[in-house]
Amino acid sequence: MAQRAVAIKAAGPAWVAAALVLALTVGPLVAVAFRAQVGSGLAAGDWAAIRFTIWQAVVSALASVALAIPVARALARRRFRGRAALVMLLGAPFLLPVIVAVLGLLAVFGRGGILNAMLGTIGIDPISIYGAAGVILAHVFFNLPLAVRLILQGWLDIPAERFRLAAQLNAPVWRVLEWPMLVRVLPGTLLVIFLICLTSFAVALTLGGGPRATTVELAIYQAIRFDFDLGRAALLAASQFVLCAVAAVVAWRITPVDGLGGGLDRVVARWDQSPLDWLWLGAVTLFLVTPLAMIVLRGVPGFLDMPASVWTAAGRSIAVAVGSTVISVSLALTVALRGGAIAQVIGVTPLASSALVMGTGLFIIVYPVVSPTVVALPVTMVVNAMLALPFALRVLIPAVQDVRQNYARLAATLNLTGWRGLRIVMLPRLRRPLGFAAGLSAALSMGDLGVIALFATDAQETLPLAMYRLMGAYRMETAASAALLLVALSLLAFWICDKGGRVDADL
Amino acid sequence: MKTTLTSVAAIVAASPVLAQTPTLNVYTYDSFTSEWGPGPAIEDAFEATCGCDLVFTGAGDGAALLARLQLEGPRTDADVVLGLDTNLTAVARDTGLFTTHGVDADLSLPVDYDDDMFLPFDWGYLAFVADKDTPAVSSFQELADSDLSIVIQDPRSSTPGLGLLMWVQAVHGDDAGAIWEGLADNIVTVTPGWTEAYNLFLEGEADAVLSYTTSPAYHLIAEEDDTKTAWAFDEGNYLQVEVAGILAETDQPDLAEQFMQFIVSDAFQTVIPTTNWMYPATDIALPDGFDTLTVPKKGVLLSAAEAAARRDDALDTWRNALSQ
Repeated sequence: MAQRAVAIKAAGPAWVAAALVLALTVGPLVAVAFRAQVGSGLAAGDWAAIRFTIWQAVVSALASVALAIPVARALARRRFRGRAALVMLLGAPFLLPVIVAVLGLLAVFGRGGILNAMLGTIGIDPISIYGAAGVILAHVFFNLPLAVRLILQGWLDIPAERFRLAAQLNAPVWRVLEWPMLVRVLPGTLLVIFLICLTSFAVALTLGGGPRATTVELAIYQAIRFDFDLGRAALLAASQFVLCAVAAVVAWRITPVDGLGGGLDRVVARWDQSPLDWLWLGAVTLFLVTPLAMIVLRGVPGFLDMPASVWTAAGRSIAVAVGSTVISVSLALTVALRGGAIAQVIGVTPLASSALVMGTGLFIIVYPVVSPTVVALPVTMVVNAMLALPFALRVLIPAVQDVRQNYARLAATLNLTGWRGLRIVMLPRLRRPLGFAAGLSAALSMGDLGVIALFATDAQETLPLAMYRLMGAYRMETAASAALLLVALSLLAFWICDKGGRVDADL
Repeated sequence: MKTTLTSVAAIVAASPVLAQTPTLNVYTYDSFTSEWGPGPAIEDAFEATCGCDLVFTGAGDGAALLARLQLEGPRTDADVVLGLDTNLTAVARDTGLFTTHGVDADLSLPVDYDDDMFLPFDWGYLAFVADKDTPAVSSFQELADSDLSIVIQDPRSSTPGLGLLMWVQAVHGDDAGAIWEGLADNIVTVTPGWTEAYNLFLEGEADAVLSYTTSPAYHLIAEEDDTKTAWAFDEGNYLQVEVAGILAETDQPDLAEQFMQFIVSDAFQTVIPTTNWMYPATDIALPDGFDTLTVPKKGVLLSAAEAAARRDDALDTWRNALSQ
């Protein structure tokens, strides 16, 4: 009820946002289906692909989240030098282009990697990363950091007053405060990671070791590129949406609503620390930072010799990132304020979209009207904004709910509604999640290959595309430097936004 | 409506009053048009003689190129398409989008190649590329019996991957399944494209990678690194022949034909070896370094029709053998 009292009337813009998201996700799918000449059903191999896809996405999501809980807990109750830097670095793997991350992982876990070299010196046979284990490892590398950030947010949202109360009453913090918070945060986190892994293509195939590791996305790729069977591609893409819908409904069903009161936004000083915290933090840092360090080492030698075209491409990527961040964050804020079912649907639909179907569908829609080359960058900007929207929403929706729950009555009493309510009550308390959401959007957009490959010629080349093209021309060293530049820019964008949101906030 | 617009465009283009520099649109794969590819030099050379504007549009790899043409259909802007390979030409022919090229040239391909619709502009042998220190093998069977590790590309998403599938089909036919089963424990992994596979090989993840006999030329000429070699197989190495074709609906038929003639001229062919890292399609002098390359005993190539007809069965065989 209280929520209604100060509900900012954002229904109009939220519907616009919803329409836009549907037009860009389901729209291309419909366009592809309509353009299909032959209608063929799913083949036997496709069902195997669907089974493998679900299996690896479920296992990857469970593994990422299970490991993320102790890490987020350790981060929530420890204060140490470099903690802010570590939290920021947690964003890095998630933002890496797939091939860069895979090469970084192989430098550590591969046949010629550090791990096997170390095992070799103590006389243990080399281990192989390829196969189901490799797929899960890579997905955990990508998504563990995201899971940690989302769960950490949950921990930070527990008001300090409750911890004090618990301390005074000598109550078990885990049972009365942390577990209920996790029950609220985990289903959403699991859902997001499940959906990210659902549309995985290059990771699953490259590390999967062979055709057993065929995902739906690969089947789509084959249907479009080699068979030009658009009907089958549309059917496969639709099956991804169905899986997404089922997973989303399950997640929403099991997510309870938080019922406790609010606090005064104070920082918690925790007394219940365990030495195991350091073990978890050390292990996860080693796991995430070593491959990143290898990427940096590979990129340094050729860094200053990069051709001008790479820097120009970097400039384009920055422009696209700025544009898509503005679009993504403003849409996310509008939708988060409106809340409800629309927000939930928008929060997951883009994740289940097949990048190739989206690109192909948009191409079919755009082509009769205007040359795809002309709109390559604007289309990329909007699509990247759409793809970042679920992450921005994941961060903003709980934050908005908390503010409503805790301040709605007070704000209503003081007649702080509408724009004044937004400015005085809402925005100051949303600064941290807004900064995080913007940082994620900017960095995601920077590294995304998305639909640009289908639209762009050299004159619209973005940095990730330039990097892939360098590799295609055997220029691996220059490509490694371009990858380093990409990582640096993504982290910088993330840092600027995240920092902006945390001015005078003690995270 | 579309017909009206097209006719208007045709009238405008044909009108002598509005005549300006004509544009020839050529669709190709990305690495052809990139600043390290043959594109820039070829554009300069052709524009010097044609009095036209040559515009290259890059569209992914060979398979993406064909998919893009099929998406655009008859109203495509492309006048010429450059970069399909022989595993794709049967499908390309069936789209009805292409016309005959009308070029009669002396080609230097190691097999007979005669196609009135698609003109070869370069070619290469598929081969496993490895370090010179790695003990070389000379047949699929020997490779399968060895402990050597290899990285290959997925035939469902990559043109060299599809080439390998056809290679095994062409030389082992009914025994292809057994060969693939034998190779299963040698295959470290199957990547979506050439880029991932070649990177994995350079990172030391496998002893050899499926690429071209011309790959060592890049390392030798551009990086002065002579440690790489390619393996010639006794049963022959499969050919990848890259071809160009004219779109039937082109609004620049004369320019397009002029370009096709240019493709088999020395001005075009001399650019190819050290930019596209493939063999030229005509008999021109090869650059230094190419004489050191492995030359397979023979070139193997299924006809376009045969490759298309056998693809689905070959894919099933491959998938079954490697899924066990």
